[in-house]
Amino acid sequence: MDIFGLIGPASFYGFMAGILVLAVLTVTTRNLFHSAIFLAFTLIGVACIYFFLRAEFLGGVQILLYVGAIMTLVIFAIMLTAKMGDPSIPQSNRQRLPVFLALAALAFLLVPQIVKTSWKVVESLKTTSAVELGQALMSEFVLPFELISIVLLAALIGAIAIARSDQ
Amino acid sequence: MLPLSHILIFTTLLFLIGLYGVLTRRNVVGILISIEIMLNAANINFVAFSASLDVSPQIGQVFVIFIIVLAAATASVALAIVLSIYRNQKTIYTDEIDLLKW
Repeated sequence: MDIFGLIGPASFYGFMAGILVLAVLTVTTRNLFHSAIFLAFTLIGVACIYFFLRAEFLGGVQILLYVGAIMTLVIFAIMLTAKMGDPSIPQSNRQRLPVFLALAALAFLLVPQIVKTSWKVVESLKTTSAVELGQALMSEFVLPFELISIVLLAALIGAIAIARSDQ
Repeated sequence: MLPLSHILIFTTLLFLIGLYGVLTRRNVVGILISIEIMLNAANINFVAFSASLDVSPQIGQVFVIFIIVLAAATASVALAIVLSIYRNQKTIYTDEIDLLKW
């Protein structure tokens, strides 16, 4: 069953606009805790984009890992460090306007190039299953798969070593 | 089927929003949150390209899995560093952490 046929492209555009609004709220909200909550909704929206693009396994992984694990970490860090509820502390530095102008110029540079490029798209959306993904991980990508497990182990040990207190 | 260029414009804007957050936030945790948005924009690009260009669709999705794993590793190590800095310096604002500046 095609989700596209069900909802139509117009609602898809509305969906993407909603994600952009949530992302803007994430980077501009003063309260960092609210920012983390907006980030969670942005990530759920991205997972829905994966479902629209027929990458169901990635959508599940996105919700489990990003919304589940990384958000918990971020909220823990905010609660352990930030002094919330003090509106007199500025949450952004003084380069807001120049950064905004530079990024707007970058967007005006990039978007026409994206429109002008003739992408060699195929007619139908190409899909894959979790089984094929697992086979690709175990055959073609087995070396990066093993390497990333070493990276994860190193990150685990490093995080514990850095974050534990000295006494 | 949605045109590929529309998805690319969407991810470009998402990436630039994340970059704005990275460049303007004072709080280190806020910068990390913005970096997650940038990584997600790149991930959507991978999935969109692999779904609509003439390549094997597994390749893009495997790359996205690797990026998600690396993002999790980055987040854990970075938040450990943030906790350590907060314990030693009593601040997590980037302009107040100036021990190595002269």
